[in-house]
Amino acid sequence: MSINKGILVFCEFSGDSLTSLTLELIGAGSRLAKSLDEELSAVLIGDNAGRYAQEAISSGVSKVYVIEDPLFKESLCEPYLIALNKVIHQISPSIILLGQTTLGRDLAPCLAFHLNTVATMDCVGLELDPSSRRLLMTRPVYGGNAEVIQICETDPQIVTVRAKSFDPAIQDGSRQGEIIRIPAEIDPQQLRTKMISVHTESQAGVKLEEARVVVAGGRGIGSADGFKQLGELAGILNGAVGATRPPCDKKWIADSQQIGLTGKIVSPDLYFAVGLSGASQHLSGCYTSRIIVAINKDPEANIFKAAHYGIVDDWKNIVPLLISRLKEVAVHNK
Amino acid sequence: MKNIVVCMKQVLDPEAPLSLFKIDPEAKRAILPKATPPVISPFDENALEAALKIKDSQPAKVTVISLGKKLSRAVVRAPLAAGADELILLEDDLFDEFNTLLTAHALSSAIRNLGQYDLILCGIQAADTNAGQVGIGIASILDIPFITFARKVELIGNTVRVEKVLPHGFAVIEAPAPAVVSTSYEAGELREPGVEAFMSASKKPVTVMNAQQLGMTTVPASPVSFRKMYQLNRERKCEIITGSSPSEKVDRLMSVLQQAKVL
Repeated sequence: MSINKGILVFCEFSGDSLTSLTLELIGAGSRLAKSLDEELSAVLIGDNAGRYAQEAISSGVSKVYVIEDPLFKESLCEPYLIALNKVIHQISPSIILLGQTTLGRDLAPCLAFHLNTVATMDCVGLELDPSSRRLLMTRPVYGGNAEVIQICETDPQIVTVRAKSFDPAIQDGSRQGEIIRIPAEIDPQQLRTKMISVHTESQAGVKLEEARVVVAGGRGIGSADGFKQLGELAGILNGAVGATRPPCDKKWIADSQQIGLTGKIVSPDLYFAVGLSGASQHLSGCYTSRIIVAINKDPEANIFKAAHYGIVDDWKNIVPLLISRLKEVAVHNK
Repeated sequence: MKNIVVCMKQVLDPEAPLSLFKIDPEAKRAILPKATPPVISPFDENALEAALKIKDSQPAKVTVISLGKKLSRAVVRAPLAAGADELILLEDDLFDEFNTLLTAHALSSAIRNLGQYDLILCGIQAADTNAGQVGIGIASILDIPFITFARKVELIGNTVRVEKVLPHGFAVIEAPAPAVVSTSYEAGELREPGVEAFMSASKKPVTVMNAQQLGMTTVPASPVSFRKMYQLNRERKCEIITGSSPSEKVDRLMSVLQQAKVL
């Protein structure tokens, strides 16, 4: 039996607050900590990261470890590994939770291999096995066509969690916690990867992964101009435009907007699937959306087996009308 | 000349009709349907394309390594037709696509055996296990740097230069060679085989090795065990919104969406 104890959440933040996924990790961590009767800790690593410590405590974390240094950058995993290892050595947690993010996807496996174990990636469910008290971790496999429930027999159990899989922690300003600062002491010379520059690519409108409404088009949209119409629809709804792979390959829309197994995974409140067939690889990226509306002239299209609502018609007859109706509503509501 | 290694996995065709997809609950694995042959994981095709782009611009040898219990020879040769120079197949009954630790160790041994390597490319994740750990594992075992989510990879002298995709743009990152780079789908679709490469593919060297030949006397046991694997039912009862005209359909859709409080 291992002597590791406690749950450690790796926190990410943006702007003035912890990311919504981090709050979900703390929410899931609190629940597990309660069931296991163990302590919930969090680690904040980054330039000026300490300013998020109070928010972590209000969310239910009892100990926050803070490692600050301007050299931490989202795109470079190496210094985070060194810093995170320091905390792990100090507290030997049984469970380490990270988000399935740019950084988490790097950090969890390299931390795991460093400790001669493997991480469990992209979990959508975390329960405790009643007999062994170990984590039962549910994650999608085969492009989301199946799920596996797995157990990691050795400590620490390193897990990355998919966004929107758990309820976020509820804030309570009266909660008390301890903030422990650890010096970074990282010599930049020991880092092998170096960041040369960062480039912001302003995607017009809302980011795909964060959008409440996504309007996605497939091969049936036919042209870049067609995607402009989808863009107009998305714009009215304060949403983002997405696509299946063929339109990206044909350069009708930027590669960054691809949704599916080989692209981004989104889960908005409302998903318009327009002129797309509903291949399994695409559904893997959008199936968990709250409401999927399919618009396709082919009544046999597979998308009608995955959507909540469907309109069998040429999208060119439907989308312009939808745009003008929504504009009317918008004017009416002003 | 630069030596580039590309790790490519054979997987169940992710584009195959869902009706053919079945899980064996005992084995906790998908059953390979006879009707659809396996394919190279699409993410690994992006990695090969990144390697071939480097080879377009400078002298380079591209070695493809595939690992599996039993690899389809028809599928495994496709990278040679696309322009890779050499193929190494790691085949053993001991191999298990879900044992990440074992896979990373076996691939690392094979790469070490090559002696000379400047760049190791792999896909961001496999289309079956969806984990995305093996590339990082290889870097960790070989103790070399890694960069993930590459949309562009260059080898400039002894420096690996990568454009890494970020949620809000990209970063340019450099590491000294050798390094492991995993490519995202933005790295580009694999080119169609050229006539010449296609014709010469059958003459290119193919080496087959098992775990013992790799020098793996002990096989790392997976710390992870599966309790259960099950198929997800993705069929929904779709409510088709009908109407005598597009306008009527749109009106009905609007009211349905307003009722659902998503508009």
